[in-house]
Amino acid sequence: MATDLTLILPEVFMACFAMLGLILAVYTSKDGMASQLVWATSAVFLVMAIWIGTTGEGTNVAFDGMFVDDAFSRFCKVAILLSAAAILLMSEGYMADRGILRFEYPMLIVLAVVGMMMMVSAGDLMSLYMGLELQSLALYVVASLRRDSVKSTEAGLKYFVLGALSSGLLLYGASLVYGYSGTTLFSGIIQTAKSGDMSLGLLFGLVFLAAGFAFKVSAVPFHMWTPDVYEGSPTPITAFFATAPKLAAMALFARVMHDAFGSAVRDWQQIIAFLSVLSMFLGAVAAIGQTNIKRLMAFSSIAHMGYALMGLAAGTVLGVQAMLVYMAIYVTMNVGTFAFILMMQRDGQPVTDIASLNLYARREPGRALAMLVLLFSLAGVPPMLGFFGKLYVLRAAYDAGLIWLAVAGVIASVIGAFYYLRIVFFMYFGDETDEVMTGSKSPILSGFLMASATIMVVGIVNMFGIEGAAAFAATALVN
Amino acid sequence: MTVFAFYLFAISVITGGLFTVISRNPVHSVLWLILAFLSSAGLFVLLGAEFVAMLLVIVYVGAVAVLFLFVVMMLDVDFAELKAEMAKYLPLAMVIGVIILMQFALAFGAWEANPVAKTLREQVVPTNRHNTEALGMILYDQYFLLFQLSGLILLVAMVGAIVLTLRHRDDVKRQDVLAQMYRDPAKAMELKDVKPGQGL
Repeated sequence: MATDLTLILPEVFMACFAMLGLILAVYTSKDGMASQLVWATSAVFLVMAIWIGTTGEGTNVAFDGMFVDDAFSRFCKVAILLSAAAILLMSEGYMADRGILRFEYPMLIVLAVVGMMMMVSAGDLMSLYMGLELQSLALYVVASLRRDSVKSTEAGLKYFVLGALSSGLLLYGASLVYGYSGTTLFSGIIQTAKSGDMSLGLLFGLVFLAAGFAFKVSAVPFHMWTPDVYEGSPTPITAFFATAPKLAAMALFARVMHDAFGSAVRDWQQIIAFLSVLSMFLGAVAAIGQTNIKRLMAFSSIAHMGYALMGLAAGTVLGVQAMLVYMAIYVTMNVGTFAFILMMQRDGQPVTDIASLNLYARREPGRALAMLVLLFSLAGVPPMLGFFGKLYVLRAAYDAGLIWLAVAGVIASVIGAFYYLRIVFFMYFGDETDEVMTGSKSPILSGFLMASATIMVVGIVNMFGIEGAAAFAATALVN
Repeated sequence: MTVFAFYLFAISVITGGLFTVISRNPVHSVLWLILAFLSSAGLFVLLGAEFVAMLLVIVYVGAVAVLFLFVVMMLDVDFAELKAEMAKYLPLAMVIGVIILMQFALAFGAWEANPVAKTLREQVVPTNRHNTEALGMILYDQYFLLFQLSGLILLVAMVGAIVLTLRHRDDVKRQDVLAQMYRDPAKAMELKDVKPGQGL
C-alpha cells in the first residue's frame, strides 16, 4: 500500500491542495482570494510538472494494476499540467474584469486536472471511468460559470446532457467488455483478446467504448456539442477546453486501444480511421462559414483531432509518437491563439467577430505578425511547426499502409487552410471600418502569444526534445 | 418455488417498465417505475445478492424515485406536448432501434464468451462471506483508490451546485443565533392590558 501511495503522490497532493484551498477561501475572504489562488494553482501545476517530468522511471503499477505510471502517462501529465497552468494564468485578468473570477474556479480546475491525470494513468475500466467523470463534472460546472448569461448556462447544460449520454455509451461498452473478458483490468482484457479471435461481445464493447471516447475528443460524428459549448463558455474556459481535456481524452483513447486491445489493431483501426477522416473534412468545411472566432476554433479543434486520430489509427509505435507530438504542438498553438482571442476587445467588452480584425495589422503590427505565424502553423503551412506535426502523422499513416487516409488528410488540410488564411486576409488587407478593436494591454497575454509564436518558428530546429520524449512514451505504451 | 418467484418478479419488471413508458399520467409512470425497481430488487435477492437488493430499494426507490415524483408533481411540464414532439422522431428511432436489434440478433449465435474470460470472472465470487462483508472488504481495500475518487467526484458535484446556485443577497434576513440568545424577555415583550370592547 505504501508503494502504491508513493506512485500517486502527485495526485494525492493536488487533491489535498484543492480541498485546503476551498476551505481556506471559504473561511477567509472568499472571492477576494481568487486571484491569489489562481497564481498558487499555476505554481502548483508547474511544480508538479517538473516533479513528474524529472522523477519517475520505468513502468510501475499501483493498486493491483488500476493505476499505471509509465513514460506515456508521465509525458501526458506534464503536457496537461503545463497547458493548464498557462491557461489559468491567462484567464485571471479576463475573468476578474468580467466579475466571474470566483475562488471555486481554480479549485475546480485542479480537480479536473486530477481527473485527467487519473485518465492518462488508468489501467482499469473503473479507474478510467472515475477519472473521466471527475474531469467532466468539473468541466460542466466551469462551462456555465457565467451563470447569468443564457449562452453560458446553455453551454453548460448542453455539455452536461450530451456528456451524460456519452458516459452512458461508454459504460455500456465497458459492461460488455467486462462481461466478455471477465475482468476490468486492461492487462486482463488483452489476455482474453489475445487468446483466439476477438469475440463478438468484446468487439461490440470496443465499439461503444470508442464512441464514448470519440465524444470526449469531439471527433465527428460525436462533435455536435463542440461549437455551442465553445461559443457559450467564457473565453478562458473555452481555451481550457481546447487544450488539456483534449490531450487527456486522446491519451486515454490511445491507452485503451493499445493497452487493452493492442492485439486487435485490425479491428479498431478502421473505426478510428473512419472517425479521423470525417473529423478532418467536417472541421475543414464547416469552419468556412463561421464568423465567430470561438466557433471557428471549435471546428478547427475538430479538424485537429482528426489528424491526431490519424496517428492513433496507424496502430504503431510511430503512430502513437506522432499523435503525442501532434497533440503537444496543437496545445502550444492553441495557448497562443487563445491568448490572442482573449485580447480581442472593444471598449472593455470582448468581441469574437472575425470582421472586427479588419486591418488589425496597421494598429498592432507585432501581435498581428505573431497571430499570422500561429494561423499559418494551425493551417500547416510549411515553414511553421504545425506543418511538421501534420507531416509526422501523415508519415505514420503512410507507413502503416493507410495511404488513402494520408491522402485524405492532405486534401482536408488544403481545404482547411482557407479559413485560417481568411483571418490573415482580414488582418492585413481587410476593409476600413469604424468599429476599431482596442486590444487589451495585458502583458501576460502578450507574453503567451509571443512565446507560442516564437516556439512555432524556433521549434523547427529541434522541437525542444519533444520528439525524443514522445518516442520514449510511445514505446512504453505499444509493445 | 424459486422458479415461480423468478417469473413473478421478471414479469412485473417488464410490466413496470412497459407501463412507465406508455402510461399517460407522469405520476403513474413514476409509480410503475418504483414497481420495476422493487421487482428487480426481488430478482437480486433470488441471485443471492441481498446487499445490492437493499441498495436498490433504499437508493432507487427511497431517494431517486421519490425525487422523480416530486419533480413531476412540482414542475409544470407539459408532457402531452413533449410526447407530441417525441412522436415526430418516432419513425427514425424505430428504424435505428430495429437495425440495432437485428444486428444484435444476427450476431447472437456467435456471442460466446472466451474460456479465459470465464476463469477470470469466477475469481470475483467470494467464499464463506456474506455479501455486505465481502463488498466492504473489496471497497475499502482493493478498490480503495476508486472509493476515494468517487468521494472527489461527489465533492465536485457539491461545489458545482454551490457555485451555480448560491447568491449572496444583502436583503435576505438571516438568523443570528447570538442575537437571539441575548434577547431579554423583559425588553422584547410588552404586556398591555386591553379593556373589553375597546381594542388597541
